[in-house]
Amino acid sequence: MTGAGYSVLGVTGVFVATLVVGAYGWRFSRTTSDFFVASRTVRPGLNASAIGGEYLSAASFLGVAGLVLAFGTEMLWYPVGWTAGYLVLLVLVAAPLRRSGAYTLPDFAESRLESRGVRRLSALLVVAIGWLYLMPQFQGAGLALASTTGTGTWLGGVLVATVVLVNVLFGGMRSITFVQAFQYWLKLTALLFPLLFMAAIWLGDGAVSPASVDVGDVGVAGDSWVSPLAGAEHELYTTYSIIIATFLGTMGLPHVVVRFYTNPDGAAARRTTLLVLALLGLFYLLPPVYGGLGRLYAPDLIASGRAESVVLELPARMLAGTAGELLSALTTAGAFAAFLSTSSGLTVAVAGVISQDVMGRRFGGVRAFQAGAVVAVLVPLGLAVLTEGVGVAQAVGLAFAFAASTLCPLLVLGIWWRRLTDAGAIAGMLVGGGCAGGAVLATLLGVGPEGWAGALLAQPAAWTVPLAFLTMVGVSLATPRRVPLHAARTMVRLHTPESVQLDRGHPPR
Amino acid sequence: MSESTPRRVRVTSPRTNAARAQRVPAAREIDAQTRLGEVYMSSLVRSQLRLALLSLATLAVFVGGTPLVFWLFPELSDVEVLAVPLPWFLLAFAVYPFLFLVGWLYVRAAERNERAFTDVLDRT
Repeated sequence: MTGAGYSVLGVTGVFVATLVVGAYGWRFSRTTSDFFVASRTVRPGLNASAIGGEYLSAASFLGVAGLVLAFGTEMLWYPVGWTAGYLVLLVLVAAPLRRSGAYTLPDFAESRLESRGVRRLSALLVVAIGWLYLMPQFQGAGLALASTTGTGTWLGGVLVATVVLVNVLFGGMRSITFVQAFQYWLKLTALLFPLLFMAAIWLGDGAVSPASVDVGDVGVAGDSWVSPLAGAEHELYTTYSIIIATFLGTMGLPHVVVRFYTNPDGAAARRTTLLVLALLGLFYLLPPVYGGLGRLYAPDLIASGRAESVVLELPARMLAGTAGELLSALTTAGAFAAFLSTSSGLTVAVAGVISQDVMGRRFGGVRAFQAGAVVAVLVPLGLAVLTEGVGVAQAVGLAFAFAASTLCPLLVLGIWWRRLTDAGAIAGMLVGGGCAGGAVLATLLGVGPEGWAGALLAQPAAWTVPLAFLTMVGVSLATPRRVPLHAARTMVRLHTPESVQLDRGHPPR
Repeated sequence: MSESTPRRVRVTSPRTNAARAQRVPAAREIDAQTRLGEVYMSSLVRSQLRLALLSLATLAVFVGGTPLVFWLFPELSDVEVLAVPLPWFLLAFAVYPFLFLVGWLYVRAAERNERAFTDVLDRT
């Protein structure tokens, strides 16, 4: 059997396992609450694995190793930021968000600010961020399947979309929770197991430092590969912009936020998040090592512009024969687990919003959710098939910057600042979303100017996030009469532990 | 002088029932949104916010400060820890246990704050 054959087998295995584990959850999914939030009964251990499984997308599994291979230490800020984002989420958002009692982010926005307008705008943003994030997952799936088996680039995306849709249609959140928990451990194994063999080979070869080799003028030279600031211009600004986007963007991602509603209570939400921090830290130790080894054993990938496939190809290059091909098939299977789990989570989140805010009146409950899921998958799949790819990690990075400039200020100020008004929230989201969205579009269309302006557009978070916060605070202070009527009661609901008997007002729905 | 001496009054125990009835449980103060209830609530929210900001400041200084330190002192990139270059050691390995430690301390302190709040409400 050839290497491609093993890869096909691995990918098929992941698809089948996903459907089987998902089917285990189908049996439990009956009510609307099952579909949206798994009836809020998921224990921290299972939930943390599920969150980890959902969060580790193609960008983490393939992108990080590729970026480190091509650009060096500077790129380690992405995994660090994606983990630190969970710490920021833990301290600012986790428990209050669970206690808010809302199903989706627009639910939270509406119940906190008592305004339909804020609800509609945040629903729009959730769908936009979800699609911006789903598109590279489908694209990545296409590229990965094409590079290992030589099929057309559209096939991988279509396959992933189909499996996700089947699971979501029949099982909703309940089913997805089992699938994602399983996929975290699959992804960890798929990176760790081949790495053990490769590390042994590397030690046998004399343990050469990846920093000491010169891969020619295609990559950065040995010295700057190690430097935490890339050799490019405005490196300090770019680094800090990445830090701000990833640290603050995590809490604004729709599939991350929706998971908090599945915890039994606020304290459980905190402990779940802490466990997620541990699981993410464990996982992110691995991809940079692939990048480093890739510099020694597969430097030609940089020149051919296929750095992102280093995780898929490295095992077969370092180990001769069937063993290497089997291990490469394992990492390919892990990559598909990444595509599937992230897309499933995003689809559930986006479908929840679409069904409640767009078609809630025409259909009811579960039927609306299923219709929402179809729309949630088909649009980004169409975009992914039609447009030729931006880099997977780059598109995901832009989604983070966009989320940090819109939904992050809404959540942080909504939870901690009583005087936030609906007018302030809308103004802040429009300004932050407008600026970040404009920068995203300019980058995607490739019309960015040179020099400072180019750096500001390529990594907009460092200026759009403060701007969004300032607008939200400024406009809220200018409209003090619009402070929600029940703001004090809502604060009681958000911040007091559930064990205390208090009047918490009416949680949404 | 002696005629203005006030009459002796016998002091007995205070009217305990009446005195207790005056005291409203803290939970009801919060429900009724009285000034005192506001004080209870804002002390909880403030203690949690202070804790959150302290955690974020730790993150900003120790993790967010790294690029600045390497920018100011580029020669640090040449230092090696356990045969690994210092930036790589910090960003690929050491940062993750640190993040978990900050998170763990935060969760402990946040639950302590909530217990203190619950205790105050139970005591009244």
